[in-house]
Amino acid sequence: MTPWINRQRSLADYTLAALGRRKGKTFALVAVYALVVFVVASAMLFATALTREADLVLAEAPELTVQHVKMGRHEMIDGAEITKIAGLRGVSSVEGRLWGYFYDATSGANYTFQVPSDPALVPGPGEAIVGEGVQRARRATWEGAPLFLSRFTGDMVKFEVARTLGAESALVSSDLVLLNEADFRAFFDLPDGVWTDLAVSIRNPREIDTVIDKASRLMPDARFVTRDEIRRTYQKLFSWREGLMIALASAAVLAFAIFAADKASGLSADEAREIGILKAIGWDTRDVISMKLWEGALVSLGAFLIGTLGAYVHVFGFGAGLIAPVLKGWSVIYPDFRLAPLVDGMQIATLFLLTVLPYTAATLVPIWRAASADPDQVMR
Amino acid sequence: MRPSTPVFAAIALFTLGFAGAGLHVLATAPGEAARMEASAALVRAAGLTDLALFTEARYSRHPSMADLHSAFQDAPMSFEHFPSGTFVSPPVGFGGGRLGGSAEEVAQ
Repeated sequence: MTPWINRQRSLADYTLAALGRRKGKTFALVAVYALVVFVVASAMLFATALTREADLVLAEAPELTVQHVKMGRHEMIDGAEITKIAGLRGVSSVEGRLWGYFYDATSGANYTFQVPSDPALVPGPGEAIVGEGVQRARRATWEGAPLFLSRFTGDMVKFEVARTLGAESALVSSDLVLLNEADFRAFFDLPDGVWTDLAVSIRNPREIDTVIDKASRLMPDARFVTRDEIRRTYQKLFSWREGLMIALASAAVLAFAIFAADKASGLSADEAREIGILKAIGWDTRDVISMKLWEGALVSLGAFLIGTLGAYVHVFGFGAGLIAPVLKGWSVIYPDFRLAPLVDGMQIATLFLLTVLPYTAATLVPIWRAASADPDQVMR
Repeated sequence: MRPSTPVFAAIALFTLGFAGAGLHVLATAPGEAARMEASAALVRAAGLTDLALFTEARYSRHPSMADLHSAFQDAPMSFEHFPSGTFVSPPVGFGGGRLGGSAEEVAQ
C-alpha cells in the first residue's frame, strides 16, 4: 500500500471514530439525508420509466385523429367526412372510431367503451372484452363473470365477457370495455353513419402537416390531433408531475439544507476544541481539512447510496407504493401496472452531483478557517 | 478491526447493490420489451390514444383528445375538482394573441 493510501485510511479511521462518538447525531443526519435523496430519486425514476413506457406504447396510436368540434365541444363526426379525407393525397386510410364513456352506478367507476379497429379483436354479438380494472371494480368473483350494465332505472343490459385483458397491458387497457359496432351503437342509441372521431393513416410521416393543412380547408370546424401531439401531451404531463412531486418534497429538501448547512458550516465549540487539540499535537492544516472532507464524503455518499438504492427497490420492486396514492386521485379504476426497470445514468449522475458535492463542499470553508487559526485561539 | 473496515465494506456492498440494480435492468429488459410490444399491439389493434391512468373524468382519461380546456365543461362555476387535474400543466403559448393574417389580408 502506498503511504498516501495508508494515510487516507488512517484519516478515515479517525473520522469514523469521531463520528462514532456522536452516534445519535450522525445516525439522524444520514437517515434524514437518505430520506431526502430517496424521495427525489423515487420521483425521478418513476417519471422516467413512465415516460418511456408511454412513448413506446403510444407510438402505435393513430397518426392523425380528426375530431368534429361544435360549440367548443367534441361532437360526433359524420361518416361523409371519411370520403373527403380519404380523397386527399398522401392519406392511406381513414377509419371511423367509436368510443365513449359509461358511468357504472353499481361500481361507481367510469368505463371507456370502444370498438376495436382490428377485426381480430372485435368480440361477437352480446360479448365484451374487458380490462382487468373493470372486473376488479365490479368485484367479479370469477374470471368470466358477465357484465350487467344499467343505463337508467329499470334498464339492464348483459354482455358475456369473452376475455379479460391481462395486467401486462393495464396501463392502456385497465378500464376498457371492447364491443362490436352493432352492440356499441345499440347500447348508446347511436344512429348509423356517425363516429366519435376519425383515425387517419398517412403514408409518409413528413406529409402530416400538409395533410392537416389540406384537410382543415375541407373541414374548417375540425380539430386535428397528431401522434406527436399525443406523445408530447404525456411527456409534459409526466415532467409536470415529477416537478410537482419534487416541489412537494422541496419543503423537506429546504429544511434539510438548513439543517445540513448548520451542521456542516457552523462549527460547534466541541469541534473547534477538537481541531485545536489536533493542531496542538502536531496535525497540520492539510490533515485537518482532509479529515473533515472524509467526514462530509462518507456521510453524503452513504446517504446517496442508501437513498438511491432504496428508491430503485421502491419504484421497481414495490410498484412505487408511496407515490401511487398521490397519482390515484379520485378514480375508482386505477391500473394495476408495473413499470419496466430503467436507470438513466445521466440522472443518477445529476442526483449525485446535487447531493454529495454541495454537502462535502459546505464542510470545507469553516474547517479551513478553524484549521488555519492558532490552536491556542481555537481552544480558548 | 479498524473502524473504517465495516464502513468501507458497507459502501462496497451498496455499490454492488447498484451493480445489481443495473443487472436487474438488463435481465428484465427482454421480458419487459416483449410486454410493452404486446401493449403497443393492443394500442394498434384497438386504436387507442391514451393511457388509462386517470379514469375519473373524460378530460383526464383522454388528455390528448379532451376539449381544448373549454371553460365550465362540467358545470357553471366549476373549478378543476379532480386531484389529477393538478397534474396537467397549463398549456404553453396558449392563444397567439393574433389571428395570423397580415394587415393586407385583414383589410380585404
